[in-house]
Amino acid sequence: MSEYKITNIVVAGLGGQGVLTASDIVAEVAATAGLDVKKSELHGMSQRGGSVSSDIRFGTEVFSPMVPEGEAQFLVATSVDQVSVNTSVLSPSGVVIDPTSLKDAKLRNPKSINIALLGVLSRHLDFSEEAWLAAIRNNLSESLQEANVAAFLLGRSV
Amino acid sequence: MKVLLSGDEAVAAAAFDVGVTLGTGYPGTPSTEILEYFEQLGGRAQWAPNEKVALEVGVGVAYAGCRAIVTMKHVGLNVAADPLFTAAYTPVDGALIVISADDPGMASSQNEQDNRRYAVAAGIPMVEPSNSQEAYDFLLQAVEISERWRIPVLYRMTTRVCHAKTLVQRVKLPVTAGQRLGKYEKNAFERSMIPAHARPAHRRLRDKLKQIAAWNESCSLNKLVPGSSELGIITSGVSYQHVREAAPEASILKLGLTYPLPVELLRSFAAGVKRCIVVEEGDPYLVEGARTAGAVVEGKLEQYRFGELNVNRVRRILARDATPEPAPAPGKPPALCPGCGHRTAFTALRNLKAIVAGDIGCYALGVLPPFEAIDASLCMGAAFGVGLGLRHSLPPEQARRVVAVLGDSTFMHSGLTGLAEMIYNPPSTGFVVVILDNGITAMTGFQEHPGTGRCLDHTKTNRIVIEDVVRAMGVKNVYVLDHTADPERFEALVGESMEKSELTVIVARRTCLLATRLINKWEKCELQ
Repeated sequence: MSEYKITNIVVAGLGGQGVLTASDIVAEVAATAGLDVKKSELHGMSQRGGSVSSDIRFGTEVFSPMVPEGEAQFLVATSVDQVSVNTSVLSPSGVVIDPTSLKDAKLRNPKSINIALLGVLSRHLDFSEEAWLAAIRNNLSESLQEANVAAFLLGRSV
Repeated sequence: MKVLLSGDEAVAAAAFDVGVTLGTGYPGTPSTEILEYFEQLGGRAQWAPNEKVALEVGVGVAYAGCRAIVTMKHVGLNVAADPLFTAAYTPVDGALIVISADDPGMASSQNEQDNRRYAVAAGIPMVEPSNSQEAYDFLLQAVEISERWRIPVLYRMTTRVCHAKTLVQRVKLPVTAGQRLGKYEKNAFERSMIPAHARPAHRRLRDKLKQIAAWNESCSLNKLVPGSSELGIITSGVSYQHVREAAPEASILKLGLTYPLPVELLRSFAAGVKRCIVVEEGDPYLVEGARTAGAVVEGKLEQYRFGELNVNRVRRILARDATPEPAPAPGKPPALCPGCGHRTAFTALRNLKAIVAGDIGCYALGVLPPFEAIDASLCMGAAFGVGLGLRHSLPPEQARRVVAVLGDSTFMHSGLTGLAEMIYNPPSTGFVVVILDNGITAMTGFQEHPGTGRCLDHTKTNRIVIEDVVRAMGVKNVYVLDHTADPERFEALVGESMEKSELTVIVARRTCLLATRLINKWEKCELQ
């Protein structure tokens, strides 16, 4: 295990589900808090509807941009079938956040699943609600903001 | 203030801040975003038809005393290799930075060639950043190196440097020389490479490299991380980041200027530790260089030559772990998008049992089920040549089934010379070419090309019409149709063409579904 105190998060899903947007938001929240942040994923071929995952790491000093196997504290999966594909990144005490984490909460627009899951994730991390909402607004076009803020708050309240 | 930037964005920001006059290149993952971001910042950026042309344009800019960046993915440098090798001989007045984005692990490429070999082969200095801050800072230094020694610099990045976002502090630079207009100074002896001029030019190049090697011994691009005298690690690029985490106790020599190598530095570093190991992605480039320098170093086991490195793999390298590595869980593979026009084309080709010489683009996915309609795909433009070679050699009944398939951007990139070959050396059975024209460079994320009629920034420019070029070059059977509007007609047309002993080019035109909205927006902006 790494001796550096780093928070490792992997966001995973299928191309088009907003995996990269979600990871951009997490990275921005951590950077705004003054932490060192690295975020890494693969673009291109992997986005033609295939599996996509994005690694976010933050702490006092981060070196590798990729989450080492078995060291992720959180796996956020926008699609339930992408959990098993990515479980090897999780640490033994790692937490899986996937659509089932929302329990009975109903999303107004299923496309906001990525942001709703960030709401669930936000309960585990020490960043302010304002910081999350600001990052969501910075990363989404105006027409999408209201629905996604609502989705975030829904996830956060579960 | 520090901002989160990808390595590509950081390079673009540095190019903008250092006053680069022109950025040019051809789209290719993971390099594409560099020019797009450079343009967004206000820089002048252009897509060239291919990397060779881009580099030649860059050479001209640098001859004129201005600064240029030329961007491409690793395989693009193969296309640009011809001008590269001789540009090394000719002095530049403004900086010329050739950015090669390598793809170890082949996230989105047809091979994992290690372009560090190009620096050696062409004889040009090579700079390798390991994160976005370095991608920014090192570009500024690469410009200095290029102008001080009047030599092109190879700026080698990799997928995890290009696409990882890390924090960057930009610096405030004075308005620099690059933003001025160019100035022409005749220097034909040093720039017109007839043999009599090239012989002394080669000697001048070797002298420059000797000077740069000496300078590299104490150059600030290299970094020593003090640590244990038991374990020393020589590394560069993103591997350095994995090393810091995998072996926090080790002494580290991290090289930023990786050609020509600092031989004294390598030797003394290796001599100062009990065990010295080189950790690098891809080819054994640094380890061979260190050994040639006389340093006693270990290399990685051969199994770690394949794919990209990460913290776990570096731990295994250090432990000399030769056990098989766990295979990653299979994810959902990429596929042609639902409703994609390429689906129609490959369904027809499969029905016709065509032997398909494919090419590079989204449509390379036609090799996968349910289509399994592609037999070979090699490099940009190869559909023509490979298909023609098959036609020349197979028995006629098989030769007739050979069809070349390539996209519009690929056709502009390197299909034109293949077309000339087809017309000049036609097979006795004729030939059938299907150009899948989806109106954009789709695979890399919707970039313009000479056939779209729009520049990199999506403003209008001259448009090259594929069928006009094909007819003008002498092909008689030229068909243009939306194959998705009438798939049966398309299949029948390809089938009939296969039966003729003539040259046929079918332009199957259907705009990429994912790009349609963008294209409409760009066209509308132009009208206003």
